[in-house]
Amino acid sequence: MTFMEHLPALQVVVPMLSAPLIVLLQPRGLAWAGATAAGLASFAIAIALAMAVLDGQTQVYAMGGWAAPYGIALEVDAFSALVLLLVTGAGAAALLAARVSVDRQIEPERQPLFYAAWLLGLAGLAGIVVSADAFNIFVFMEISSLASYILIAGGPDRRALPAVFKYLIMGTIGATFYLIGVGLIYMMTGTLNLADMQARIGDVVALNPILVAAGFITIGLALKAAVFPLHVWLPNAYTHAPHMVTVFLAACATKVALYVLIRFDSMVFQDRLSDHEFQFTLFALPLAVLGILVASSVAMFEGHLKRLLATSSVAQIGYILLGASFVSEAGITASAMHMFNHALAKGGLFLAVACLAFHFRDLRLSELGGAARRMPLTCAALVVCGLSLIGVPGTAGFISKWLLITAALESGLWGWSLVAVILVSSLMAVVYIWRIVEALYFQQASAEGDTSFAEAPLQLLLVTWAVALLNIFFGLFPHLPLALANGSAALLVGGAP
Amino acid sequence: MIYVFALFLLTLLVITAVAIVRTENLFVAVMLTSIFSLLMAANFFILDAADVALTEAAVGAGVTTVIFLSALALTGDWEKPRPGGRTVALGTVGVLAMLLIYASFDKPRLGDPEAPVHQHVAPWYLEKTPEYMDIPNVVTAILSSFRGYDTLGEVFVVFAACIGVLFILGVKPARQTAAAPQPVSGLRHHLIPQVVGRLLVPFIVLFGLYVQFHGEYGPGGGFQAGAIIATGVILYALLEGEAEALRAVPRSVLLALVVGGALLYGAVGVVCMLKGGAFLDYSVLAADPVFGQQLGILVIEAGVGMAVCGALLSIFHAFAARESMT
Repeated sequence: MTFMEHLPALQVVVPMLSAPLIVLLQPRGLAWAGATAAGLASFAIAIALAMAVLDGQTQVYAMGGWAAPYGIALEVDAFSALVLLLVTGAGAAALLAARVSVDRQIEPERQPLFYAAWLLGLAGLAGIVVSADAFNIFVFMEISSLASYILIAGGPDRRALPAVFKYLIMGTIGATFYLIGVGLIYMMTGTLNLADMQARIGDVVALNPILVAAGFITIGLALKAAVFPLHVWLPNAYTHAPHMVTVFLAACATKVALYVLIRFDSMVFQDRLSDHEFQFTLFALPLAVLGILVASSVAMFEGHLKRLLATSSVAQIGYILLGASFVSEAGITASAMHMFNHALAKGGLFLAVACLAFHFRDLRLSELGGAARRMPLTCAALVVCGLSLIGVPGTAGFISKWLLITAALESGLWGWSLVAVILVSSLMAVVYIWRIVEALYFQQASAEGDTSFAEAPLQLLLVTWAVALLNIFFGLFPHLPLALANGSAALLVGGAP
Repeated sequence: MIYVFALFLLTLLVITAVAIVRTENLFVAVMLTSIFSLLMAANFFILDAADVALTEAAVGAGVTTVIFLSALALTGDWEKPRPGGRTVALGTVGVLAMLLIYASFDKPRLGDPEAPVHQHVAPWYLEKTPEYMDIPNVVTAILSSFRGYDTLGEVFVVFAACIGVLFILGVKPARQTAAAPQPVSGLRHHLIPQVVGRLLVPFIVLFGLYVQFHGEYGPGGGFQAGAIIATGVILYALLEGEAEALRAVPRSVLLALVVGGALLYGAVGVVCMLKGGAFLDYSVLAADPVFGQQLGILVIEAGVGMAVCGALLSIFHAFAARESMT
């Protein structure tokens, strides 16, 4: 086999096998360097895979040389390539920027374990995305969840512990639900491979277990993805996590669960169960709309910068689900694009938060007065990413909101009211981003505070600005993610065999 | 007859589960979970899943009970009464139970040879295992070769759990504990458990090694063996005190076992790649593909055993060290 053919396996194996090696690298600089090298390598692999997919090849890899359904298959198509890009990109960018921030938050002797957990998280998420096997997805879901519990609990903030305990309980329930569903499907079809499931589920006569399985899998993954109203674990977990961990997880963790939800539902259930598309819309659409409106309004009144952004993530997950709930090509395209663009915007925002945290111990909005004078570059980057989150033309966020509105109009009678929802929630986003801008630029600095110029360390600042500029770049030239998103939509909705 | 016995065990299982939920004494709850696991292991055995039964007995009934108890030593024995009651939780569980019962109406009969699970991939495994691997235990063949990538994933789940506990409990290197005067701990003053326990430990470890290397022929394999050997060492620690156990198997050795085991498994996969096969395709390891498969299975099972044993013991010691700090 050639090197190129091994890429889907290497995407998972490189970060996964680097993790035990990192544990052994005791001087802390070395642990960071090793982890970053592994992160960059997996990003490079993801780019190579995306290029291959754009050339029109779907990469299939038979693990252990055993062809599916007897062995486990990996498969990289347009949808997985897009999500891989954002997972490994977020992982690599956050690692590149992480060193100074992590040095302040994690004791040196614990750092090798921290970076090892980070790589396991990366490997777990990548493993979920490339896998074409329902049980294998569960295994890697376990790896990524365990790693994210470790990462969130790792910081100096003791409030992270109750938050992570809640996340652990809810995450475990979600994973168990998924497993129950997969078990029921296995009982009725005798296979774990997704494509094989799709083929065999049509022959099943007795449908009770399949219907229950669809319910368990959808709810379980919705829990993992923090779909409203199953999102209660998310705001506190992201708020109290170490800053760089928030960057990594907020950019990609919940999106991977949504990716599995969309893929599983459209591949296995929608083709084969009568009325399932309608039922899926009936389930997902109200939750998406409620999530968008409720989370956006909560964010408008939130006083803590990190929790505000975390709450806004719940609303953004609503947008992604809204696109998927149309079960149309335009809808899936919008969903996939919004995954990508939201990762860029929210990743950039949390990177800027990590910069601010260098000089502002307390991240409540009321304490951030005078930040623009002390850290002008950080605040400017934050504003750029904030504009992208709102969806201002010229930024990446605009593209996906535009696609979402187009998809909503195509969806039929209720289209106009959904457009209204999107517009109203965008106005709400203007309000909460404006509150941040007001705090940073126009609020009086507290009397005893230092007002001298003090930017964040260069390494962190450079990565932050790179992400901010990418928000503009992909707003002006969205061809690459758009090609992949169109490919995913054609695959999931159009090209059903 | 076997159905009557299974029904009896399942009834006990339900009673135990209700008791676990009802009791407010956490010590009692831990003991009951141990009994729950033992009953579960017996159930697996009746269903002819001997491999799973072994794991459940060693990990569920053995190691986790000890770890729960060490955690209890850090907290307290009694559950804090929560305001609000449990009606919501009870309602959710009731709805879920009803859904699962609804699903089971269309379930194929237990042991039905026409059931989909027995028609599709399973016959292929039964037919091809002698041809490709020439080992009698098809379960081992599936776990370590046909679906070896899943098992690699599980090893990394164990690895993640281990580094998670070490990271969050923040166990410092052994310097401080060595310097402090050691109070006599363990069961040294209880003659009978000590004598009996000492007799048992070597046999437990020997049995673990048997399960490790006999996994291709009978029930067992690396996961069960690692758990059994860890149980033996934990028994030694309970009898002689934790410090004594650490002297026999130091922390650095445990970490090396975890890291080494995970890397060994992964390295086999990488070697397969370098030799021109797919990741974890053991056939390319030797000139004769059947021997290659056997060799690969043997080495990765060793990796699994090392990682599981090291991880369980590291987690146990992390809790015990936390205890001696307070």
